[in-house]
Amino acid sequence: MKITVKDGACVGAGQCALVAEDVFDQDDEGLVLVLDSEPDASHAAAVRRAVSLCPARAISLQE
Amino acid sequence: MASRHRIVVVGASLAGLSVAESLRLEGFSGEILLVGDESHLPYSRPPLSKQVLLDDWEPERSILKSTHELEELGIEFRGSTTATGLDTGNRMVITDNGVEHYDDVVIATGTRARRVWDRAGVLTLRTLDDATAMRSELRRAGRVAVLGAGVLGSEIASAARRLGGDVTLIGRSGRISFGAVGTALSARLSDLHRENGVDLRLATTVLDIATGIGGTQVGFDDGTGVSADVVISAIGGIPRTEWLTGSGLILADGVVCDHRGVAAPGVYAVGDVAAWADPATGIASRVEHQSSAIEQAMAVATTILHDRESATPVPFFWSEIHGARIKAYGWFAAQHPLVELDAGSQDGSVLLGSQEDGRTRGVIAWNLPPQAFRKARGLVDSAVPVLDSHAKV
Repeated sequence: MKITVKDGACVGAGQCALVAEDVFDQDDEGLVLVLDSEPDASHAAAVRRAVSLCPARAISLQE
Repeated sequence: MASRHRIVVVGASLAGLSVAESLRLEGFSGEILLVGDESHLPYSRPPLSKQVLLDDWEPERSILKSTHELEELGIEFRGSTTATGLDTGNRMVITDNGVEHYDDVVIATGTRARRVWDRAGVLTLRTLDDATAMRSELRRAGRVAVLGAGVLGSEIASAARRLGGDVTLIGRSGRISFGAVGTALSARLSDLHRENGVDLRLATTVLDIATGIGGTQVGFDDGTGVSADVVISAIGGIPRTEWLTGSGLILADGVVCDHRGVAAPGVYAVGDVAAWADPATGIASRVEHQSSAIEQAMAVATTILHDRESATPVPFFWSEIHGARIKAYGWFAAQHPLVELDAGSQDGSVLLGSQEDGRTRGVIAWNLPPQAFRKARGLVDSAVPVLDSHAKV
C-alpha cells in the first residue's frame, strides 16, 4: 500500500490525521504530513477512510 | 449488483464527485455518469473565498480531479450539461443534452447564490468563474461593500481588506452569524473585523443600491449609506431544486430525504441541496458543510451498494478570517452559550465548547494548533454514541 499526496492541494482540514493518526499528521499551518508512506495492511481501512474524507481529494492510494 | 448497473450523479461539485469516487472505493464496477452544468472539471468551493480570492492560489488549483484521474476511476464526466427534469417512473434524467437512463440517481445540484439586488454591479460568489471575476474586481477596487454578515461575507471582507480595499460589512441582523455555530461568536468576530479595519454595520437594512457617478451608492434604513466601487452580496444560498418540480419528490428547503439520503426508491440526494432527516427527531434540514457533503456521499454509496446504515455525520467546518483560523465541530444550540474550555498557548488562541447536560456537544478552536483541535474533537465524539460505519461485515 503506497500513499501519495498531491502537491499543493491540501487545505488543512485534518481529517486524514484524525482517522489515521499513525500515517498522517499536520504541520503548524495544518497542512498534511505523511508519517508513513507505505503503511502495512493493518492501516488499510483507516487510510481508505482518510482518502474518502479528504475535502481536497489530495490523497491517493495504490494497493 | 450487475456490472451493467448505471448510476447517474447530477451535480459535479464535491458532493457529486465524492459519491462517484466512494462507489469505486467500495468496489462498484458498473457505469457512473457524473453530470455538471459548469464547463470546469469538478472543483472545490471553500478555497474560492479564501486562497483564490486572496491570489494565493491560481483558480485551477481548486480543481479536484483531472480528466486523466476521472478516466482512471472509470467515471464518465459530462460538463456543460444542465439537468432539466427527473422522471422517476421511467428512471430518466432529462438534460439539455439528451436523456440519461439510470438504475440509481444521486441528486447533488447544490445551491445558487440568493439574490435580492439582482442588478449589474452587484457580485455574488458561488462558482469558480464568480471567484475569478471577483478577484479582478477586488484588485481594482478602493471601496468594497459586502452585504451579508455570515461566514462567506466575513471571508470576502477579510480578503478585500488584505487586497487593500476599504471595506464595509453590512448585516441585517444585529449579530454576525457563523454557519452552524449561529451567533455565539458574534462578539469575537466583530472585534476581529474592527481590529482589521472593517467598517462593520450590523442591524442595518439596505434600502437601495444605485450606480452613478463616483461609484455605487448603498442606502441604509437609517438614512445613511456608503459609496463603493464594488458591491458584493453574500446573503445565503437557495437549493437548486427547480429542475425537480413535478418529479414527485418532496421539495421543501431542499430535497427531503430520510436519514440515509433516500428521497424515493432509487433516488438519493447529498450535499447542500439535500435535507436529510435527523435520525433522532425526524426533522429534515440542510447542512451546508463540505465535510457533511463528503460523509453523506460515502453513506449513500454504502446504501446503494450494500444497503447498510452509516453513522450520522458530525457537522464540521472551518474558516479563515483576517488570518484567524476558526474550526467548529459538533452541534451548537442557541440556548447553550459557549464556554471557554481552554486558553490556548499563544495570544488570542482559545478552545470554546457548547455544553448540554454536562456533555460537550460542540467545540470551536480559535487559532489552536491542529493537534489541539483534533484532541478537542474527541470531547464531542466521546459524548455521542458513535456507530462505526466502516467496521467490516
